[in-house]
Amino acid sequence: MAEQAPGAEEPVPMMQQLLDSPFLLLLIGVALPTVLYIIWGVMEVVAIPVAQ
Amino acid sequence: MNGEFRTCPDTGFKIHLPADRLIKWNAVTSVVFLLVGGLFGLGVALTRWPEVHLLPAEWFYLALTAHGLDALLVWIIFFEIALLYFASAVLLNSRLAGPKFAWLGYWLMLIGAAITNVAVLRGDSSVMFTSYVPMKAAPDFYLGIILFAVGALIGCFVFFATLYVAKKERTYEGSVPLVTFGALTAAIIAVFTIGAGAVILVPTLFWSMDYIASIDSVMYKVIWWGMGHSSQQINVAAHISCWYAIAAILFGAKPLSEKVSRTAFFLYILFLQLASAHHLLVEPGLSSEYKIFNTSYALYLAVLGSMIHGLTVPGAVEAAQRKKGFNKGLFEWLAKAPWGNPVFSGFAISVVSFGFLGGISGVMMGTEQLNLITHNTMYVPGHFHATVVTGTTLAFMALAYWLVPTLWQKELVLPGLAKWQPYLFGIGMSLAALFQMGAGTLGAPRRHWDMTFADATLGFDFPAGVYLMMGLNGVAAVIGSLGAAIFILNMVGTLLFGKPKVPAPAAPAPEEPVAAGPVSSYGSAGTMAVPGTFVLAMIFLTAFVLYYFVNWNYLASVWGLS
Repeated sequence: MAEQAPGAEEPVPMMQQLLDSPFLLLLIGVALPTVLYIIWGVMEVVAIPVAQ
Repeated sequence: MNGEFRTCPDTGFKIHLPADRLIKWNAVTSVVFLLVGGLFGLGVALTRWPEVHLLPAEWFYLALTAHGLDALLVWIIFFEIALLYFASAVLLNSRLAGPKFAWLGYWLMLIGAAITNVAVLRGDSSVMFTSYVPMKAAPDFYLGIILFAVGALIGCFVFFATLYVAKKERTYEGSVPLVTFGALTAAIIAVFTIGAGAVILVPTLFWSMDYIASIDSVMYKVIWWGMGHSSQQINVAAHISCWYAIAAILFGAKPLSEKVSRTAFFLYILFLQLASAHHLLVEPGLSSEYKIFNTSYALYLAVLGSMIHGLTVPGAVEAAQRKKGFNKGLFEWLAKAPWGNPVFSGFAISVVSFGFLGGISGVMMGTEQLNLITHNTMYVPGHFHATVVTGTTLAFMALAYWLVPTLWQKELVLPGLAKWQPYLFGIGMSLAALFQMGAGTLGAPRRHWDMTFADATLGFDFPAGVYLMMGLNGVAAVIGSLGAAIFILNMVGTLLFGKPKVPAPAAPAPEEPVAAGPVSSYGSAGTMAVPGTFVLAMIFLTAFVLYYFVNWNYLASVWGLS
């Protein structure tokens, strides 16, 4: 609480706005690994040819 | 509303009474499961000690399943829920949102953990923590984990709702404190973790009830590890929050740079969960692009986050100590630290062991080529005992030495033993991790009741060093278990028999109560003059580079392609 106090008219930097938005961070933190790890991984498994 | 709060006489925190009760219940329950999980762990270690070989095969796999479940999941998640409520309601001076939902979450977790433990103890669900299909456990094994996960998810959303309430009711100004931000990181990873768990465990439950014919084993592994490994990433974020909290509470330490530390947590939010893919590095169905992107390219950004924390946490302590006048040489600040205080010694051993043993070995294993040397060997439990046991568990123990006497307003029952406990537990389990990694490097398999392959048609002779290291692992695990037993005895004894704290009449009031200090505020130390920490960081980097090089060299010697 001590040091942050920016002047009332001073705009809050975009990065700080992002880090101050828990629900936006939640969205990003769930979406990114879901796409890069889960969905990509599932697509690779689905693409394995079925044994004849 | 005021009647629902109390002011802590030690710290000055205004504590919402429902949050107070929930923190206490979650913390106590976690310690009970630490006891259960620890006992099973001791059984596992004594069985893998070749000369002792304590348990018969059926009991070994049962104990291994229960140990993984209780020590990796239940103890830690209960403690983390207590931490989430502390980092939101207490640090933000706020009421806890929806205490009834929080209690619902608590009971679901407790009932779920009990159901799964009963299923394991019955003996028909010894499928180990990973429960890979097509090994089939009884339906209640999966049901219990699902209930536990739903309860934990409710706990996470109570935390998010409390952040919303605190902001709306203006109980704090500006940004949340760094410790709360670290807890937020843990909660976000937890939501992904539980989501992944639901996606795979719900169909697995139906499969175990014969409503679904089969589950693809590679598909199971991909999605299950989204839960299995990410659950350990919750720990990383949570115990690093503990480090910052302990540094702030003990030393009044502010992070070297709030922005940099927050950015490091942000890197965790983006990339830490991707480390799950290192469990899949030898799966033939997945492409190298998928494996290498997830475990190397993206994960290294999360590793960067860990290295930032590894620099800024001790750096914050050094800056605070130097401000108090401990300026002589490079390390007076460290030599004059309170090494007899279990809060500090536990914290310090946790930082060192997590970084040197858990961190470096994790990066090594996460490299696709190097992973071939150690995949599915004892190296893997060696790595995660360094991260989860000496990293997370010891950090939680250290914080508990402050949290329990403060919340309950009781004196520790065994303060003398408490001074030794972090050394016994931390050094014992660090050595256990080291010996496991050594045995694994020489090829000792993990999860194996009899690595002599006594009944196998095709035998295999390990180097004698493997047996020596597995024996030393057993000795180290006994020492670590003694440390764990002292912790549990101290915590339970304090709750049941601890003398109420009586403030000494002549004691001067603290200059700045904890509640008004850096643990609950935003702000940087305002200096980067921490030469001792930079020397330690250089030692770490040298060890890191050398170990990485040695393993590439080792790979070249065991994998003769030319």
